Amino acid sequence: MIEYIAEGLSSVAKYIIPILLVGIPFYALAVKKVKVYEVFVVGAKDGFTIAVRIIPYLVAILVAVGMFRASGALDLLLNLLTPVLNLIGFPPENLPLALMRPLSGSGSLGLLTDLVNEYGADSLTAKIGATMFGSSETTFYVLAVYFGSVGIVRSRHAIPAGLFADAVGALSAVYLCKLFLM
Amino acid sequence: MLNYIWFGMMAIGVGAGIYNGKIDAVTEAAIDMAKVSVNIAIGLIGIMALWLGIMKIAEDSGLIRIIAKGLRPITIRLFPDVPEDHPAIGSIVLNMSANMLGLGNAATPLGLKAMEELQELNPHKDTATNSMVMFLAINTSSVQIILPATVVALMGATASDIFITTILATSLSTIAAIVAVKVLEKMKRFSVSAALGEAESEDDDHD
Repeated sequence: MIEYIAEGLSSVAKYIIPILLVGIPFYALAVKKVKVYEVFVVGAKDGFTIAVRIIPYLVAILVAVGMFRASGALDLLLNLLTPVLNLIGFPPENLPLALMRPLSGSGSLGLLTDLVNEYGADSLTAKIGATMFGSSETTFYVLAVYFGSVGIVRSRHAIPAGLFADAVGALSAVYLCKLFLM
Repeated sequence: MLNYIWFGMMAIGVGAGIYNGKIDAVTEAAIDMAKVSVNIAIGLIGIMALWLGIMKIAEDSGLIRIIAKGLRPITIRLFPDVPEDHPAIGSIVLNMSANMLGLGNAATPLGLKAMEELQELNPHKDTATNSMVMFLAINTSSVQIILPATVVALMGATASDIFITTILATSLSTIAAIVAVKVLEKMKRFSVSAALGEAESEDDDHD
């Protein structure tokens, strides 16, 4: 049952982009008589400026994240947090991924791959990891790109709120998998 | 806040790098990531141009306005300071739909378009508004209802096991994000005036 829903959704998803690419200009042209080619080019022009505008913000965030990752600071944090996690039933094998997820997309995908290779795709550890990966985003990257694109430097409560949501997502992944898949 | 986190990550990186004997790797990561950032941005140009072009057509034909109006009952609660049928709402809704369906390539350009439109309503151009923070938090908490292709490829046959857990976990984290934004935005230390005041006192330090 669940497989069918999951499969159905992903097979619908692959038609969305082509339908949007054709459907929107069709509606504009047929119903509203918009000069679609000319309007497209005007809109597309901003692609370059926006992409270039985010470069300084991306450099700032990704360099800091990269230095933090390469230093092995996560392992030190891991040792600090393990006793606390044992108390709340959070498996220590899943902690590196939970900590990496908000920092780096490729880094957390690498850690998930390690979990699958080491414990097997049908292990609870891998399933918790995959749930964590799928239920969250790379908070710092999204912040740099989205706020950077319009020149926002004072992010106010964005980081505390984002990290709180990441923590809730990681904890939910652990407890939901234990509840449903153990 | 970001000042301390940014500096903290680099300082901890150097400190832990020396402690762990990985200082070479830290240096290398800094230089590599600077290059990677530019590659990411350059790689975005084409996709950005494509979706911004399509979005401009959608806007001129009135489609965005129709979408914005239709979903107003929901979006007014999340983004109360965005006026009715402002184009930002249309872009936000399209960005979230793209995210839900796992269309990351389309989601980013639509999200940046939404940010640009939210910026038009922003009186302090370098400080985030409540709506911007709400939009960002919902985005970072991920609202995907389709498993990422990378996860499906990795997990193989067991991918369907984690379909339900992922949807539930992502829903909980999104709810947590919304609640956190709504609670934190009322706190004095995160207010716009506090953010601006902090900037002023920082400027004073330089004088």
